[in-house]
Amino acid sequence: MSATAARALELRDISVTFRSREERDARYTAVASTTLEVGAGEFVSVVGPTGCGKSTLLNVAAGLLEPSSGEVRVFGQPLAGINRRAGYMFQAEALMPWRSARDNVMVGLQYRGVPPAQAREQADAWLARVGLAGFGDRYPHQLSGGMRKRTALAQTLALDPDIILMDEPFSALDIQTRQLMENEVLELWAGGEGRRAAPSPKPQTPSGGGREAPGGQHGRRKAVLFITHDLDEAIAMSDRVIVLSAGPATHPIGEFAIDLPRPRDVAEVRADPRFVALHSEIWAVLREEVLKGYAQQLRVAA
Amino acid sequence: MKLRGMPDRQTLRVWQIMVLLVTLAVWRLLSHNDQFAFFFGDPVTVAGRIWSWFLPFAMPPNATFPEGLPGNADIYLHLGVTLLETVLAFVIGTVLGLALGLWFALAPSASAIFDPYIKAANAMPRVILAPIFALWFGLGIWSKVALAVTLVFFVVFFNVFQGVREVSPVVLANARMLGANQRQLLRTVYLPSATSWVFSSLHTSVGLAFVGAVVGEYLGSARGVGYLILQAEGVFDVNTVFAGIVVLTACALVLDGIVGVIERVLMKWQPRMGETEKL
Repeated sequence: MSATAARALELRDISVTFRSREERDARYTAVASTTLEVGAGEFVSVVGPTGCGKSTLLNVAAGLLEPSSGEVRVFGQPLAGINRRAGYMFQAEALMPWRSARDNVMVGLQYRGVPPAQAREQADAWLARVGLAGFGDRYPHQLSGGMRKRTALAQTLALDPDIILMDEPFSALDIQTRQLMENEVLELWAGGEGRRAAPSPKPQTPSGGGREAPGGQHGRRKAVLFITHDLDEAIAMSDRVIVLSAGPATHPIGEFAIDLPRPRDVAEVRADPRFVALHSEIWAVLREEVLKGYAQQLRVAA
Repeated sequence: MKLRGMPDRQTLRVWQIMVLLVTLAVWRLLSHNDQFAFFFGDPVTVAGRIWSWFLPFAMPPNATFPEGLPGNADIYLHLGVTLLETVLAFVIGTVLGLALGLWFALAPSASAIFDPYIKAANAMPRVILAPIFALWFGLGIWSKVALAVTLVFFVVFFNVFQGVREVSPVVLANARMLGANQRQLLRTVYLPSATSWVFSSLHTSVGLAFVGAVVGEYLGSARGVGYLILQAEGVFDVNTVFAGIVVLTACALVLDGIVGVIERVLMKWQPRMGETEKL
């Protein structure tokens, strides 16, 4: 990996310890000495067993949660407060229920002082790009789960962040909607205009494939830190997959470069022999952690 | 969905009207007894009183009203005063409740310090403050407004407090990630969320504003429907008392209806049951 390439996001030796409010001495270390980096324009997925502290890590990267120790750097600058260069797609519903889809997409622009007419125009353009043209006046409860996720995606992308943090954004969707959304996210990330290209397995890749050190030609690409518990999703979408250990005191235990060619179709790439090989390689590492995590949950429940 | 044994809409209406008619008929029959009529009045005389209050033309003597009915149309001033008090109390109480509720919910130390006093003030039977308000604000409308405000304020206050506390943490985190500063958070997240709670309490608070205004008038005033009732009670004119009660009830229903309309317009973002009702 080219060390000098601009790093969008660095987590250095991060630990997060929560203290129980009731018992002052009861502590829970969610994350222990974790170091990870996301290069500019790189798509990195973090997989780990449920309840291992993946979201905690993401909240630290977002600046919503201050780490107990360690340092977060954003494009080389130490992070203080909210990460202004990042957009965050939450796992749970994050749209304001009292605002229509358009107003939800607009709100970030309004926070930045964009004049209303202009913000409205941009919001409509973004809704169109995520396939929701004509749905701007609907309120969140009038949209389906997939449409709400698209609105949230438009809301995040409308601010043109350099880094996108995604916390299992599609885990609540059914499998078909999910694959559609994953492909659309990849297209938007690759800088396409959301064209639904006929899914061809091996088209020419003008951007030079998915090596982990991105070339200069996709400077417009955003860095993505994608959290998921679905290994298939992680491999299909990413340049690099990081495996976390089971909690408590979660930390990375493996890192895998995904050298599948881009653009990819998340459904079809699963049949690729290279995908299968990577999957079994990573699963060998992840399996044990999943079992550990499961055993811990049983113990807590007992 | 239809419950078994439940009459449909029209039949239901017919039954509801029947209940009213039967009650009126029984009331009318019993009122032929003079002693009963002294204590409970007579529906026809009550209706006659309402006629004289609202209509500017007289009714000539006839079978039902052997002496005829004067057309005074003199209730509008009193009704206007009562409604003015209600609206003022409602607006002032809501604004105060909203402001203080937001402040307390967002400043935990303030709410911690004042918590026992808020609880005490809420537990106190506040109607008993009426004589004090009469002393402070005189017999005009402001002593009634003050009484009604104390009733409205707490309903709104507790709802706003709850509303701010129950803002979805994810929506809040999302707004912060989108770049909202404290002021923008207040305007675009806390306030709309609190407003939805205020609206859910609106029916109660309008009703209480009305109660406060009338009780205030009843305890000492020179105008208002409560004053009319007090006057009538002083001369054992039970029919006028009942007529006043009927007018007040009708007003309360109208106010409630207006609130319902406003609620439907402003809260259209909220999912409602029956939105996919079959045609």
